[in-house]
Amino acid sequence: MRFFEDIKIGQRRELGSFTFTAAGIKHFAAQFDPQRFHLDEEEGRKSLFGGLAASGWHVGSVCMKLMVADGQRLAREAAARGEKVAIWGPSPGFRELRWIKPVLAGDTISFSSEVESVRSSDSRPEWGIVQARNTGTNQRGELVFSLLATAFVPRRNAGA
Amino acid sequence: MTLTFEDFPPGHFGTFGPRRVTREEILAFAAEFDPQPMHLDEEAASKSMLKGLSASGWHLCSIMMRMMFDFYIGRTASLGSPGVNELRWLAPLRPGDDLTLDIEVMEARVSRSRPTTGIVTFKALVRNAAGQMLCEMVSPIIVERRAGAAAEQAG
Repeated sequence: MRFFEDIKIGQRRELGSFTFTAAGIKHFAAQFDPQRFHLDEEEGRKSLFGGLAASGWHVGSVCMKLMVADGQRLAREAAARGEKVAIWGPSPGFRELRWIKPVLAGDTISFSSEVESVRSSDSRPEWGIVQARNTGTNQRGELVFSLLATAFVPRRNAGA
Repeated sequence: MTLTFEDFPPGHFGTFGPRRVTREEILAFAAEFDPQPMHLDEEAASKSMLKGLSASGWHLCSIMMRMMFDFYIGRTASLGSPGVNELRWLAPLRPGDDLTLDIEVMEARVSRSRPTTGIVTFKALVRNAAGQMLCEMVSPIIVERRAGAAAEQAG
């Protein structure tokens, strides 16, 4: 993971891709969002989604999963170079989450993250606040998911 | 009885809960979707900004979704949601917390593009047993209108 000082507006990271299987969609939905169009193929076909569709919260959680995996990859690389590793703080929330198109069983979604704003934190001087637009695009190149996420990112010399 | 657009006038809709969240659930969700040390490891979590083990924010969102389902969405003629206007994580969700959900209807309007449906914008508030606000979300849902409602209006 990078420090606040390394992060610039417009920086883009490709986070990797994830295939939503019918079994995976139903497993998540059974636990957290058991609406009929997330649990049953036929109900999905009859719905506005036109097929068995992943819960929007499943899509968001998978985006988080790939984001964390990418961050841990960066951290391992930094550690291998003998650099100090940044441990990111929690997120105060997000805005403008859009489930633009359904994510259907068999779809492969590629996620990316682009920095939209950076500012220092007034209340926590050892942290900066980064806003990034995280998006998901399906195998046909259609944008399916977007949100503007906020995170606390440590400053390089905090506590030094 | 299935709830339709007409059942969601602006104002306080109701309160649901409590829903207990266990340490095992927190660890299982974090392991699959958000394996950051603050959600997985007691020792690392105690040194984090949140000062102790806490659930992934996406876990809290997913639990909130399930509470909304059990409370009213499961018996609502819902066609899905286009997104979330804003979501704020205000305080950490801890192992053993008992969550209560409050639902307010902020706005309800008939869809112009699909007049047999309406768009209901909800505010969902999740608190712990101490009354501390953990999460606040504003999100619209597309809901079918009562059968014949569009025709009545047109007539």
